[in-house]
Amino acid sequence: MQFRITGLTAAALGGAAFTPAANAQTLDLSVAIPKLTVAEYHRPYVAIWLEKEGVTPRTIAVWYDFDLKGSEGEGTKWLRDVRQWWRASGRSIAFPADGITGATRAPGTHKLNFTGGRGSMPNLTPGAYRLIVEAAREAGGREAVTLSFNWDGKTAVSASGKGAHELGAVSMTLKR
Amino acid sequence: MNLRNPMIAIAALAVVAAPAAYAHRAWLLPSSTIVSGTDNYVTVDAAASNEVFFFDHRPLVQIPTVFQPDGTEGKIENHAVGKFRATFDLHLTQQGTYRLSILNEGVVGSYKLNGETKQLPRGTTAATLAAAIPAGATDVTTSESIGRNETFITQGAPTNTVFKTSGRGIELVPVTHPNDLIVGEPATFQFMTDGKPGANLKVTAIQGGIRYRDALNPIDLKTDAQGKVVINWPGPGMYWLNVTPEGAPAAPGQPQRRLAYITTLEVLAP
Repeated sequence: MQFRITGLTAAALGGAAFTPAANAQTLDLSVAIPKLTVAEYHRPYVAIWLEKEGVTPRTIAVWYDFDLKGSEGEGTKWLRDVRQWWRASGRSIAFPADGITGATRAPGTHKLNFTGGRGSMPNLTPGAYRLIVEAAREAGGREAVTLSFNWDGKTAVSASGKGAHELGAVSMTLKR
Repeated sequence: MNLRNPMIAIAALAVVAAPAAYAHRAWLLPSSTIVSGTDNYVTVDAAASNEVFFFDHRPLVQIPTVFQPDGTEGKIENHAVGKFRATFDLHLTQQGTYRLSILNEGVVGSYKLNGETKQLPRGTTAATLAAAIPAGATDVTTSESIGRNETFITQGAPTNTVFKTSGRGIELVPVTHPNDLIVGEPATFQFMTDGKPGANLKVTAIQGGIRYRDALNPIDLKTDAQGKVVINWPGPGMYWLNVTPEGAPAAPGQPQRRLAYITTLEVLAP
């Protein structure tokens, strides 16, 4: 997968763009999408992004129907329904956005791993962060789970939260 | 419309020219105000009614001007006028903020010539007024109206190119972008009157869905010396915003001037 800078640079949230791999920051993220018994089920659009006071929010993943063709605007038409993310970050990204884009995912627990300075994941400078996971489902609801954490640059930190209807358990560990 | 009776004609023109002065509220209602992607359509209902955003009275027949993000003028498509509402589509091909604007302007009035009272011809505007009054006319009375009815639609990130003011009538200048409104975040707008900050304008915001509540719950505000007003949205939804000058009309015999500005704004939940 190619990585294309989409208006946001690696420096927007983090520090130096390059870190030796042995010393790299790693973010392990677990996102549960609940199985819902509804008459019409579509997999949710999910956006995951990082916020820090005073800097541009940084999208690290967005799952949507990027390969959809036709009248629905090739999948981008409904991105605005992930409305908190759309306002914070999505609307300033040019789509298709390499490095952050993924297909929608089925119900279940999804493990994600990001490495600081690679792909969509910036190296995080010390500070107070919020990692937000937001899901919006066609003909369904919308929900965001916010995980707050403080990163001192070296001590591993974990946070977890839980959605009530569109998201299940969400947890993360950041370490180096 | 029967135009043989000049008094009826004038009354009819006045309704068209200054809808805000009458009981029925004119509005434009877009199917979406915030759009993602690069090639989308929105459709818009245009009507005048008592309960905003419920069409049950009259269509707004005027074709709006489309101001596009790149500064050029766009075109609406599929304009159709029904019994209660007009509808049209807007094709969004650019990134940024579009402005749809219906401008109603005109001058009505009368003068005396050789002892006979004559009405100004229909369609007279401020620009053609001088030519419309013949030499030797006396007892000239005029009433000018400039009314705007607008709404805003943004594809992608909001932009500000469409807010260039014309310097005539009441116009909106964003402090808070009209496509970036969220409950819990006070919105600030500046209104200009003839290109200058419009102090002491009456600003009324009414949330849609009137039919399903007992009280109108208007938010009544006034612009400050800079023409600015701060609105705290009580809840998400579509809002009808009406802006008119405060105060009594000019004295009888003096030229009258009626200004009005209307916009439809969408406020999202946080």
